[in-house]
Amino acid sequence: MFQDRKNLLYYLGLFSPLIFLVLLILVFSLLHPRFLHPLNIFNVMRQISITGLIALGMTFVIIVRGIDLSVGSLLALCGLVGAVIAKGGLVERFSVGVNTELTNPWYWALAGSILIGLVAGSVNGLCITKLKVPAFVVTLGGLSAYRGAALIVSDGGPISGFNEAYRWIGQGKIGMVPIPVIIFLVFIVLCHIILNYTLYGRYIYSVGGNPEAARLSGINTDLIITSTYVITGFFVGLSSFILSARLNSAEAVAGLGYELTVIAAVVVGGTSLFGGTGNILGTIIGAMLFGVLQNGLVLLNVSSYVQQIIIGTILILAVAFDRFGKSARSV
Amino acid sequence: MEQPHYIIEMNHIYKSFSGVEALKDVSINLKKNEVVGIVGHNGAGKSTLIKILSGALRKDSGEILIEEKKVDISGPKAARKMGIETIYQDLALSGNLDVAANFFLGNEKRRFFFLQNRLMKEEAKKVLDELKIKIQSYSVPVDFLSGGQRQAIAIGRAIYNKAKVFIMDEPTAALGIEETKRVGDLINQLKKQDVGIFLISHDIHDVFDFCDRIAVLKNGEMVDILNSDEVTKDEVVSLIIKGTR
Repeated sequence: MFQDRKNLLYYLGLFSPLIFLVLLILVFSLLHPRFLHPLNIFNVMRQISITGLIALGMTFVIIVRGIDLSVGSLLALCGLVGAVIAKGGLVERFSVGVNTELTNPWYWALAGSILIGLVAGSVNGLCITKLKVPAFVVTLGGLSAYRGAALIVSDGGPISGFNEAYRWIGQGKIGMVPIPVIIFLVFIVLCHIILNYTLYGRYIYSVGGNPEAARLSGINTDLIITSTYVITGFFVGLSSFILSARLNSAEAVAGLGYELTVIAAVVVGGTSLFGGTGNILGTIIGAMLFGVLQNGLVLLNVSSYVQQIIIGTILILAVAFDRFGKSARSV
Repeated sequence: MEQPHYIIEMNHIYKSFSGVEALKDVSINLKKNEVVGIVGHNGAGKSTLIKILSGALRKDSGEILIEEKKVDISGPKAARKMGIETIYQDLALSGNLDVAANFFLGNEKRRFFFLQNRLMKEEAKKVLDELKIKIQSYSVPVDFLSGGQRQAIAIGRAIYNKAKVFIMDEPTAALGIEETKRVGDLINQLKKQDVGIFLISHDIHDVFDFCDRIAVLKNGEMVDILNSDEVTKDEVVSLIIKGTR
């Protein structure tokens, strides 16, 4: 009998973020006529894409019981390295114009951004698994260090003015759909497949659920854990490029506080900070939840100060709900 | 009479921890289709003996034979390879994964990069059905199953991996009456699979219900090994406490 109740709680926990999102959309569309306008919808989607991409990687990290606080700072560093590559140095940094010539094409900038992300992710992962420093501490250190590196690379100021091809990645559209949204969708599908249908995905869940059992079964847990930080690094590099393309500028202050937005999206989407559970679709719902909330509150003229309070409160409630679910299960 | 064929022989095992002798000249063996109970007080040396067999500890001296061949058990992985499987209450399973995922953990069936989930589920179900283990749902995480069922899955996996020797450490400690009965059924099922079982238990009733022979340890020494149908519970209890009948 109480087996069924446990299962009911399980499924309720699974679908509660979706229910909340649908309610939120309903309320906003009733309160504001333009909320459901396609233009606004795509606007929200584009907004979500940048933090959403990083949240995909963060989902892997949190499932294996990790956390990555360095993503915001790393985003600034990656974006700046890409911009420096495109500009061929800091000399041409302020050449804001419509048809700015670049020293190197956009794809070299993108490659540079992603490479820095991969390297930083490996460093994070190796410090955690080999030096046995808790992920929280390692990435808190990274939060400070990568921001410092970004300031050094940029010499404190922004690097702006890219050519059309560069900007198209962040500002362009195919039909009505913004390019960042398309990129986001592609990686959603890819990550969903990896996590649910591949051996690697199975090992991610296994390491998160019971690292000891995973090790006894011959799984290289250190490698799996490290790889999740590398994946996150990749997504940080990719989205740093999209962000600088969209803003036509890379700055050392880019991505301030992104770690909160990203972790909040993942956790609200049902990925437990205790590890072992969570999925990509949940993360997307979590990211959309915050995107819709922010957008709706702006449309309703709610002050951005109040928005921050609301986001923080929802994050805490989501974790409290997760804990409640856990204790109900272990009855 | 048929020659008794031992799958495991442990002869003259010694082990001490910083000067304290935990095992003194302990010998024990195990046949196919047999359950041997190991009983004794806390600190009598039960877990030390079993940890040596499962590879968690190294012996100081003595020899271990598997099917009459001398072996060196260097660690838990080596023990598993030799067909020695330890069933812990919770350690062995990933609570967040479903039955099939646990069943094939580290040994997954796949086509290229992709898992063959349906095939794994069918095979797991086949093995568990043969053991008469009923699982109400194969799709929920095993955390949602009962302690007895989780144990059954671990045992099923071990059988699938061709384990020859099972070590069951307090298998009924956290279980209710109904569940304990089911574990008993499972042990009887297991016996028919040409394997041997070491059962460590505090519960004297369990030991009498499930075991063919009972080994009594006291202060690191083997007091006696008896056929369970030739002794009474009182005699065993007396052996555990006083060392004599």
